[in-house]
Amino acid sequence: MTERSQAGELSGTDRPLIRLDGVNKWFGPLHVLQDVNLSVNRGEVVVVIGPSGSGKSTLCRTINRLEPINSGTITFDGQPLPAEGRALARLRSEVGMVFQSFNLFAHKTILENVTLGPIKVRKEKPESARQRALALLDRVGIASQANKFPAQLSGGQQQRAAIARALAMQPKAMLFDEPTSALDPEMVGEVLEVMTSLAADGMTMVVVTHEMGFARHAANRVIFMADGQLVEDAPPAEFFANPRSERAKDFLSKVLTH
Amino acid sequence: MDVFSDPRNIDATVSGFLWILKLTGASAVLALVLGVILAAMRVSPIPVLRLFGAAWVNIFRNTPLTLIIFFCYFGLYSTLGLSLSEDLNLNIYWLGVIGLSTYTAAFVCEAVRSGINTVPAGQAEAARAIGLTFAQTLRIIVLPQAGRAVVAPLGSILIALCKNSTIVGTIGLMESSSVMKDLINSYGNAGILIFAVFAGVFALLLIPTGYLFGWLANRLAVRR
Repeated sequence: MTERSQAGELSGTDRPLIRLDGVNKWFGPLHVLQDVNLSVNRGEVVVVIGPSGSGKSTLCRTINRLEPINSGTITFDGQPLPAEGRALARLRSEVGMVFQSFNLFAHKTILENVTLGPIKVRKEKPESARQRALALLDRVGIASQANKFPAQLSGGQQQRAAIARALAMQPKAMLFDEPTSALDPEMVGEVLEVMTSLAADGMTMVVVTHEMGFARHAANRVIFMADGQLVEDAPPAEFFANPRSERAKDFLSKVLTH
Repeated sequence: MDVFSDPRNIDATVSGFLWILKLTGASAVLALVLGVILAAMRVSPIPVLRLFGAAWVNIFRNTPLTLIIFFCYFGLYSTLGLSLSEDLNLNIYWLGVIGLSTYTAAFVCEAVRSGINTVPAGQAEAARAIGLTFAQTLRIIVLPQAGRAVVAPLGSILIALCKNSTIVGTIGLMESSSVMKDLINSYGNAGILIFAVFAGVFALLLIPTGYLFGWLANRLAVRR
């Protein structure tokens, strides 16, 4: 099932980092995830695309249990997801998450946003957390904004800060839930650039997005979802050139023709 | 005739208002702490705590303050023998503080809870996503933002508390309204003047308080 275009990068992976087995979820009568099976190897970049309402965001959010599931199992790094409490908090600290609406802590500066997790969750010393945070902010290109509050930054800057905040936890994997969908068009590029460099550095990523360009050049695999089902799972070149299902053909004809 | 030229009356008036300030100060601190804890209980995932918080609010918010203050004196002190100080006045004072803060905490709780509802769900999600526990999320992310959103209503609650503290006069503390009643009894002709002076002092204390909280609310507001 898992053909990989750049298998060479994935050396030393004994088992998948993220694994979903027969996952089902309902929102009331709505069956939003239907028997979803997915495994993501270390260092792999998996892009999830599909029409809105197909369950792709929900899928992404189940991986760190922001959405609990009704049946099936999800394992991360060989461990089943804990149901709640400290064990779950520990797991979440190992999975970075980037949201569509950034969700930076509004009452804290950008620097405090980035150092909060390392200090409060990892009990790092404030000074070393600060140094690392500044280096991360520099990496995403907003070091000069460190002492501003989120509302003073543009959307693109906020999203890059949010990526830095997630990276500060030194996560084993990163989840991106439509990270560019709330951005003005001119700011999409700067965020995708950061994500592309992360992918190139070998970060394991699950990215829900409508950016087909990113899927084409940065993904190892593209997952196409529709109506709560995982319809296709293929390397991007193969998926975009030669989609197998009618639904994927239909979707691509709508997003790629203009 | 000249009520406020007799230094004894001035002293009584000043000491009456000092009691009001002391009642308000201690009760405000206790009610704030208790109210925030109750609000945390009401949004917690633990049913017993939620029930406790809801029960507190529904019982004390819907009981007249006079009844609560009477219960503190006749119930806690006279019947159950809870004495909080050797000094008669201090004992009544602390009983009054218990009653006032118990009652006011219910209002603080509801104000803070409504503040929690102004914090976007994404804030708590992001906090959980970096691995903060429920308690940390509440303490570090949600409550500070909720608190800033409810500075103005908390100011109104504080003003109400200050005025409500005159009720402790009914269980024998010589606070301002009891002093006023005594003065009116002795200086019947000057009733209107005495009323005006006491009301004026309250206005002098509370109108700036209202503006201060309005200013604070603006300054502390979380920009989104």
